[in-house]
Amino acid sequence: MIASSWLLVAFPALGALVLLVGGKRTNSWGHLLGCATVAASFVYALALFASESLSQAVDTTLWSWIPVEALQVDFGLRIDPLSMTFVLLITGVGALIHVYSIGYMSDDRDRRRFFAYLNLFVASMLILVLGNSFVMLYLGWEGVGLASYLLIGWYTDRPAAATAAKKAFLMNRVGDVGLAIAIFLMFKHIGSTSYEAVFAGIGDVSPGVVTAVALLLLLGACGKSGQFPLQAWLPDAMEGPTPVSALIHAATMVTAGVYLIARGAPIYNLTEDGRLVVALVGAFTLLLGSIIGCAYDDIKKVLAYSTVSQIGYMMLAVGLGPFGYALAIAHLLTHGFFKAGLFLGAGSVMHAMNDEVDMRKFGGLAKKLPITAVTFGLGYLAIIGFPFLSGFFTKDAIIEAAFGQEGWRGWVLGGSALLAAGITGFYMTRLMLLTFFGKERWRETTSADGREFHPHESPPTMTAPMIVLSIGSVAAGGLLIGGDTLAEFLSPSVGALQESHHGVLPHALIPWLTVLVSGLGVLGAWALFGRRTEGSTYTAVERPERVAWPVRAARKDLYGNALNEALVATPGMWLTRSAVFLDNRGVDGAVNGLAAAFGGGSGRLRRMQTGFVRSYALSMLGGSFLIVGALLLVRFG
Amino acid sequence: MNPFLAQQMQTVEAPGIDWGAILPMVIVFGAACVGVLIEAFVPKHQRWSGQVVLTLGSIAAAGIALGAYVSGRPEHGVVTMGTTLSIDTPALFLWGTLLALSVAAVLMIADRSVEPGGSFVAQAGIAPGTVQDRAQVQSTGMQTEVFPLALFALGGMMAFTAANDLLTMFIALEVLSLPLYLMCGLARRRRLLSQEAAVKYFLLGAFASAFFLYGLALLYGYAGSVKLADIATAAAGTDRSDTLLFAGLGLLMVGLLFKGSVGPFHTWTPDVYQGAPTPVTAFMAACTKVAAFGGILRVLTVAFEATSWEWRGVMWAVAIISMAIGAVLGLTQTDLKRMIAYSSIAHAGFLLIGTMALTDEGLSGTLFYLLAYGFTTLAAFGVISLVRDSTGEATHLSAWAGLAKRSPLLAGVFTFLLLALAGIPLTSGFVGKFVVFSAALSDGMAPLVVIALVFSAVAAFFYLRVVVLMYFSEPASDGPTVSVPGAFTTASIALGVIVTLLLGLLPTFALDWAGAGGFALGG
Repeated sequence: MIASSWLLVAFPALGALVLLVGGKRTNSWGHLLGCATVAASFVYALALFASESLSQAVDTTLWSWIPVEALQVDFGLRIDPLSMTFVLLITGVGALIHVYSIGYMSDDRDRRRFFAYLNLFVASMLILVLGNSFVMLYLGWEGVGLASYLLIGWYTDRPAAATAAKKAFLMNRVGDVGLAIAIFLMFKHIGSTSYEAVFAGIGDVSPGVVTAVALLLLLGACGKSGQFPLQAWLPDAMEGPTPVSALIHAATMVTAGVYLIARGAPIYNLTEDGRLVVALVGAFTLLLGSIIGCAYDDIKKVLAYSTVSQIGYMMLAVGLGPFGYALAIAHLLTHGFFKAGLFLGAGSVMHAMNDEVDMRKFGGLAKKLPITAVTFGLGYLAIIGFPFLSGFFTKDAIIEAAFGQEGWRGWVLGGSALLAAGITGFYMTRLMLLTFFGKERWRETTSADGREFHPHESPPTMTAPMIVLSIGSVAAGGLLIGGDTLAEFLSPSVGALQESHHGVLPHALIPWLTVLVSGLGVLGAWALFGRRTEGSTYTAVERPERVAWPVRAARKDLYGNALNEALVATPGMWLTRSAVFLDNRGVDGAVNGLAAAFGGGSGRLRRMQTGFVRSYALSMLGGSFLIVGALLLVRFG
Repeated sequence: MNPFLAQQMQTVEAPGIDWGAILPMVIVFGAACVGVLIEAFVPKHQRWSGQVVLTLGSIAAAGIALGAYVSGRPEHGVVTMGTTLSIDTPALFLWGTLLALSVAAVLMIADRSVEPGGSFVAQAGIAPGTVQDRAQVQSTGMQTEVFPLALFALGGMMAFTAANDLLTMFIALEVLSLPLYLMCGLARRRRLLSQEAAVKYFLLGAFASAFFLYGLALLYGYAGSVKLADIATAAAGTDRSDTLLFAGLGLLMVGLLFKGSVGPFHTWTPDVYQGAPTPVTAFMAACTKVAAFGGILRVLTVAFEATSWEWRGVMWAVAIISMAIGAVLGLTQTDLKRMIAYSSIAHAGFLLIGTMALTDEGLSGTLFYLLAYGFTTLAAFGVISLVRDSTGEATHLSAWAGLAKRSPLLAGVFTFLLLALAGIPLTSGFVGKFVVFSAALSDGMAPLVVIALVFSAVAAFFYLRVVVLMYFSEPASDGPTVSVPGAFTTASIALGVIVTLLLGLLPTFALDWAGAGGFALGG
């Protein structure tokens, strides 16, 4: 079965090809083909998973891709526990979201093209995780970047969507450059880019180079996964259709950074500095994301910052090295379920509310959208770490491992992870209360395009995937963490999971501490937004502008955009301006000066062409004297 | 028969003649003589058609004879007519080039539709500015002597490139020059300018011939022979005074460089190119250049290779002066014909670099360059002859502004030719410069190549300026019209453009032929 694993990629790739080339002729059945190809891949992946032992990595080479002298890159796939885990997640969640999109995009004239892009994304993502070399990974990396760009800018009539797509593309370039240079370094120092050769040879490379490779890979991961300092594109990417947000910008693509670092485990295992930077980036980002998540009224933006924050947890976990790789993947999987479910729920709400995203206009929707409310509620409980739901197991494990570090690291990493858990409880509860409970504020207002709201439950093609995902949100965590199932399964890929015994806090204490902090967050949110008292706690439909500075800061993304502006955009513009100045004054000046010199010389020399034969003859005579004289001088001089 | 005569016949043997080898030249000269007879005996209204058929037919026949001889030629060439002519690979290549170029030039000369009655006067003897002169502008007659004159010039050029001794070379030089002096004065329009050009060319040409002859005399004094091979032998192994040798070389070169319009002996070029009828200018610019550089190549390679260390520095300076004058003075020209004249002076400098590299690559590169440049410049003059206003050709730059809007095809063709002159890839000009410069590089002339590249860049400016003018300027309201070319000029321009393109895309065929063998020395 492994030998024909290329079928996994081929199904969705074929779907994308047929839908893009077939054009309008495929309009009537295109969405069904799109779903079928991804479902076929999922079924194939399940069969592969069930029939093979997967106790070690198996590489299959399809053809020689880039045969150039020393650079030999094969188009090859690697089947191992890590890649299979991702394949199952991508195809499974992908298939559900494809089904959901049938209903969500039913009004869109270009639904067929939408499915083509989704299929393209799934195919690229599968290449990313299945490739057996860093160049293959890069191929998929750019493929998902392209699909993401196309889908963020899906609503071509919205300038904001175009801007967001461009922003995502450009910020991803920054990360991609890091990844590309890391691959160049591997080729320079090891002579190959295949996982097998790189991981075998990385031990012989000087530590400085290893750290450089690790940090450059991290830069790539930060770009793709929306980690500090490249996080600003991810919330803007919510301009795309909601299924895209669920599939690409929550469940799968944005976790590619985590995959990259887990895949590069043999490199990160060699560099403690590199791992520490990864963990610190993760810790900082998870705090940043959760704080900003409290300030937004846009339901999708809150979820987006929640994604930034949750991926921060995963980055923190992979930064812990052998203590955390498996935990990161576990959280990635459960997050894939509950975050996808939350986004689909948000999409369902928007579907019911004329595509409105402002939570201040919602309220009391539980009665109108009971299935959405329940499935969304289960996802909510999972993300805040309600005991014995998915998030409780996986997030808790990461916080435990973080506190398991020694000295200041344990306090910093564990402390920020714990604090963010509380903040997560706050902003998710706020979201929940503003949307599904409280006063029905939508009765007093209209949507942005002036229509009244008539909320209604979504069709079965949309609710069914939400139900399936909510089951995953409830059960996945226990299944994966209980008895270390996933950790043992993954050990051939990322090594055995280690447990720390030197932590700064006792193990038994941490789960209850986490639940306590989360509970405090929930209570805080309830106190501010939930109590049915008139007066100061009443949530206004209009957003209050006179607020305290932390809220103002959070509303401005904690100045993330301003930081990018100051650190990158402004110097870049200055550089451009000075280059233009140099070109205009320096280069053009030199060129024009030279041209003027030649022109002036030409004008003067021209006067020698008098038109008189006598002067021409004289010049010939002079030339003859010179030539003969010079010849004799050379000979006898 | 008396015994005295019998004795004489035994001792004086007629020199052996390889008729097959010299047949192309004999055909051309023979046709020229027949052309003179046609002028004498054929009625006036039949002369034009008779001359055109005869001229083109004889060139074609010469070409066929050349082709037939080339396919079975001796590998190292032959020396025939005693020792006066050396029919070797370079000579044959240059003959082929000259014949092909003269087909295109004769086609332009023969065209009577662009200018009613052709570009040539009906009667050369009429003084400019008189009533008869104004009348003949309107008449459709044509001085058909121009055809035999062109054939004589062509025959002289062929003899010049094959001459194996200096005396033959001098005679060939005069045979090729005298018809050209006459042809320059035959322009139908702007008679004064044309006659002034003819007189200037004649006076300066005579002056240059004197230099050549003086140099010849000094070299004879040095070597005791006018044969190129003897001069080489003498220079290699005698203890005679070198003064005669180098003074002779210098004066000889002045005569040759004058014909090749190399600076600082270029002064005639802009005036004559501008004043001569455009088809004659095209003929001179292409064929005279080929002949002159063919001669320079042969003299330098055969006779003076051994002393190259002494003269090379001086020739460096000459090449630099020529490139500088051509490129810099071309910048401020406002007349297209003068601009192309300065371009030809710059190209002469580039060609001189190739002739100085006395290697096989230098030889083949220079031969290729001559072929490529000849066709490009010929076609360029053909295009210039098509842009006219009420007074004839509109050669002032301002008249060409916005030409692309009125005649995109013509502007496109001219742009292509200018790019070829500038040496842009995919044109023959690029390949020509490339082979010449790489030959010079491998023969240790790197600084000269750098200087040449700089002047190429400077020269590119004035070519591109014309392109910009044609495409990006507003056309003048009373601008010139573009004549619909007759079949002859069309064929001529098309030939030039196709060769320029083909040599740019597939240069190997011509390069292989140009590099197929060296000069035959002969006894």
